[in-house]
Amino acid sequence: MPSTTNQILAILLAIVTLLSAAPSAGPSPEEEHISIYSSAATYTLPVLERGGHEYVGLLELLEPLGTVSTRTDGRRLSLRYNKVDAEFAAGKTRAKIHGHDFDFTAPFLIENSRGLVPLNSLNTLLPRFLGTPVNFRESARRLFVGDVGIQTSFRLDAGNPPRLLLNFSAAVNPTISTEPGKLRMVFKRDPVVSPGSQSISFDNKIITHAAYSESNGDAVLEVTANQPLMASFSNDRKTITVSAGPQISATPGAAVTRSQNPAQALTASSVATTHRVLAVVDPAHGGQERGAALTDTLAEKDVTLGFARLLRHELETRGFAVTLLRDADTSSTLDQRAAAANVARAGIYISLHAVSQGSGAKVYTALLPVEGPSNGLFHPWNAAQAPALPLSRIVSAAIVTEMQKKAFPVRASSASLRPLNNVLMPAVAVELAPGADGIADLTSANYQQRAASAIADAVVSVRDRLGVHP
Amino acid sequence: MIPRHLLIGVGALLLLVVAMGIYVRHMRRRAGEMESLAANALPVAPPASGPTETVTLYVADDDAGTLRARSAQIPLPGGRQQRAEELLRALLRIYQQPSAAHPLSPASDIRSIYLVDPGAAVIDLNAAFADQHRSGILSEQLTVNSLVETLAANVPGVQRVNILVEGKTRDTLAGHADLSETFDVTAIEQAGNQ
Repeated sequence: MPSTTNQILAILLAIVTLLSAAPSAGPSPEEEHISIYSSAATYTLPVLERGGHEYVGLLELLEPLGTVSTRTDGRRLSLRYNKVDAEFAAGKTRAKIHGHDFDFTAPFLIENSRGLVPLNSLNTLLPRFLGTPVNFRESARRLFVGDVGIQTSFRLDAGNPPRLLLNFSAAVNPTISTEPGKLRMVFKRDPVVSPGSQSISFDNKIITHAAYSESNGDAVLEVTANQPLMASFSNDRKTITVSAGPQISATPGAAVTRSQNPAQALTASSVATTHRVLAVVDPAHGGQERGAALTDTLAEKDVTLGFARLLRHELETRGFAVTLLRDADTSSTLDQRAAAANVARAGIYISLHAVSQGSGAKVYTALLPVEGPSNGLFHPWNAAQAPALPLSRIVSAAIVTEMQKKAFPVRASSASLRPLNNVLMPAVAVELAPGADGIADLTSANYQQRAASAIADAVVSVRDRLGVHP
Repeated sequence: MIPRHLLIGVGALLLLVVAMGIYVRHMRRRAGEMESLAANALPVAPPASGPTETVTLYVADDDAGTLRARSAQIPLPGGRQQRAEELLRALLRIYQQPSAAHPLSPASDIRSIYLVDPGAAVIDLNAAFADQHRSGILSEQLTVNSLVETLAANVPGVQRVNILVEGKTRDTLAGHADLSETFDVTAIEQAGNQ
């Protein structure tokens, strides 16, 4: 008997050991991928590892570049790209392309009717199909078809504060992130190429260094400084200006392109306190536009109005001047709401929403769309929020912090929610969901009071960054 | 002495055996040719349902407030546009299950997807998709992000996406998510990583 018990224990121990050694079910590390840049399309494809070699799908590789058809019986694959015919055999390193033999560096593979080609054969393989040379940077997994590279140049403007001007030969759309003393631009879809030197040092006390690198299909530009950095776009996104410290001083004077002035439709009282306004609070919906039906009888527009009045009180008791964009069951268009906040030159814009699903609150900043046409100094209307977005995110993070202090379940995210993208100042939307008591919380003064108080405390915590002081 | 009629009978039987042998050999050869023809004809055109392929669907979860990447095996036709439509219909089927974490109306459908080079895609939803969608920032945005990210992840080259309803521009999906602008795939992917 003891031996049986020992065997069972040994088996259990082995299972526990195996489970602890197994990879976690959490998010996998960053996916390996290759970026392809051409005049026809820019795209990324996953890189697969098979037998110690890196592979990519042949059909997926060629499809965005031309007309492709394939046929396979599981062992052989016939492919036609535009007018080029090719024959491949699974497990073989030799293929026939346009009547000529081609040798891969590793065997061609067929998986689920997909042909896989070794990554390090692309430099010689693709010209056979495309008829043009390609430049494949294998270590960085970046493939350039034709002359599509975007050239980069640096220029430091050593004024006060200093600015680093990054000029590109075409429009760019990098992912920008900041950490203390560093600003990092990741070019995932732009064929940006090295500015010549991988690393540049500047003779400046604030902006000291810039570095260029490439890996896993991305190009990365990193600027180092002794102060927090922020970036802004200009020149149709061909110039990125990196400067020290968040500044929104340009906000009051900034103009917005629009064929009409929607603010004219608002009542005079809405903008009467222009020179004193710091916070514009916008109870969403109103009038015929009821918003979500929270219950059979309760409309979102009614909850947002009550919530907005409480938030006004909380902000006023903390020394802010406040304007509500509606103080009754009236309606305004989204353009009118944005224009009212812009004309009032508010320091902050807060839009309030309510929903019956979920719990706690969600805080949103603008998810900017593809930018509309720029007109010199004027901001495109659909991306007017762009310069203030970094500050909006700071406000959003502050609201999350304060709500968590008050035991509110809360999350921050981005949403394509107008008029967030049309306002020039830091702008957030707060969507209030039920608490522990369910839908009744949405009309509970205590529940709304806690949320309003947290938002007001958050606005106080970022008051110094808002540009306009009460 | 063997009777004459017996000799004739045996001779006729021998002729019959030889004739049968020739016929059997002929039939064998034909059967071999048919097999060979059948083998060669197999890959000429994929069946209407198409072979199954592994795709990545970005599935919304209302409670978590996020998208989750989920691998799925679905049959995909040959053309890019048809593949994109089937891809999003596979996504819709998940949302139309009774226990879906992000329920959509059973009447919701993708009317068409237009892939417009370079890098632009247009998703045309039916009226029921938008009219019967739940109203709320989170729910609407998750739907948009799910459609855009699933399309971009499986159709190489898609960088910008427009969403129409019944072939026309619509202000919002259900009162919140703005459909009047062009969605930037990179921006949506970044938002998903927040």
